[in-house]
Amino acid sequence: MATEMSFQFNSLSEFWYMAGHGPYVWGCYLVTAMLLIYLVVMPLMRHRRFLKQQGRQRRLRERNVKSDVLRSAAAGD
Amino acid sequence: MAWTWFHRLGSPRWFYEKTQSWLPWLGLVSVGLLITGAVWGLGFAPIDAKQGNSYRIISIHVPAAAVSMAGYYVMAIAGAVGLIWKMKLAHIVMKSAAPIGAVLTFLGLVTGAVWGKPTWGTWWVWDARITSMLLLLFLYLGVIALQEAYQSEDTANKASAILALVGTVNIPIIYKSVDWWFTLHQPATLKLTSESSIHPSMAYPLIIMILGYYCFYAWTLIMYTRSEIVHREKRTRWVQDLAAKAA
Repeated sequence: MATEMSFQFNSLSEFWYMAGHGPYVWGCYLVTAMLLIYLVVMPLMRHRRFLKQQGRQRRLRERNVKSDVLRSAAAGD
Repeated sequence: MAWTWFHRLGSPRWFYEKTQSWLPWLGLVSVGLLITGAVWGLGFAPIDAKQGNSYRIISIHVPAAAVSMAGYYVMAIAGAVGLIWKMKLAHIVMKSAAPIGAVLTFLGLVTGAVWGKPTWGTWWVWDARITSMLLLLFLYLGVIALQEAYQSEDTANKASAILALVGTVNIPIIYKSVDWWFTLHQPATLKLTSESSIHPSMAYPLIIMILGYYCFYAWTLIMYTRSEIVHREKRTRWVQDLAAKAA
């Protein structure tokens, strides 16, 4: 690369302050980071929660069918 | 026989199983690119002579806006494919593209407003670029709302696909707005066909960020699509088997 790569600030506090533009720049990066993380977490949670819920419902249904069979057997049907 | 791949592509199950192994790689590449680009743009790219440090917002503003527009085409084309070939997967992709596009458009608007304050002296102006981007946000929100508005999945798919298609008119308007109207917004600095007006030391981190956003888009679109697939295919045997394993 033609250009020399070096850290553009003399200290971390200067990096944080950015000659007065710190709140704007860091604020933007913070909002972006939060929303991008949201876009990853949302579908994963929705996916997992739904499959779990479906599986639990299915198990409940199967248990009900089994207990119905037992009950009717006990009643002598 | 040459068309079997097209039919397979339309099968939600095939897509679900195929993409499983892509997700960790796509995630790794996008997070890697995004972190590299952000650190480079924040700390190592030189300061701008006119705008000072506020221009560092460019590395998250331009990619968000660019991908929100490209993502609109993804949504509209998926909608068209769904309408024409009645392809299940296409409708699912269209629905999944809407929330991601809406968040990216919102990010483009917010980072633009915050960048505008120290540079233009105002958070907001009703100029062509910004207003047409706001319209893009409303189009995305409209597609999300239409998806929820109908009891029938089929009607919801058709209605939102038509809205998505009509809205494509807006994309070239956004793109050209800085040339067609007098505006505060600066014209494009990064160009494919002619020489860019941005110095390479500032352009490299920006290009890395744009690539990172595109990978991130693909990654999240696949995740949203997979989540929607299990919702819509919940009565099929293979999703029931997945659920039995998950619970």
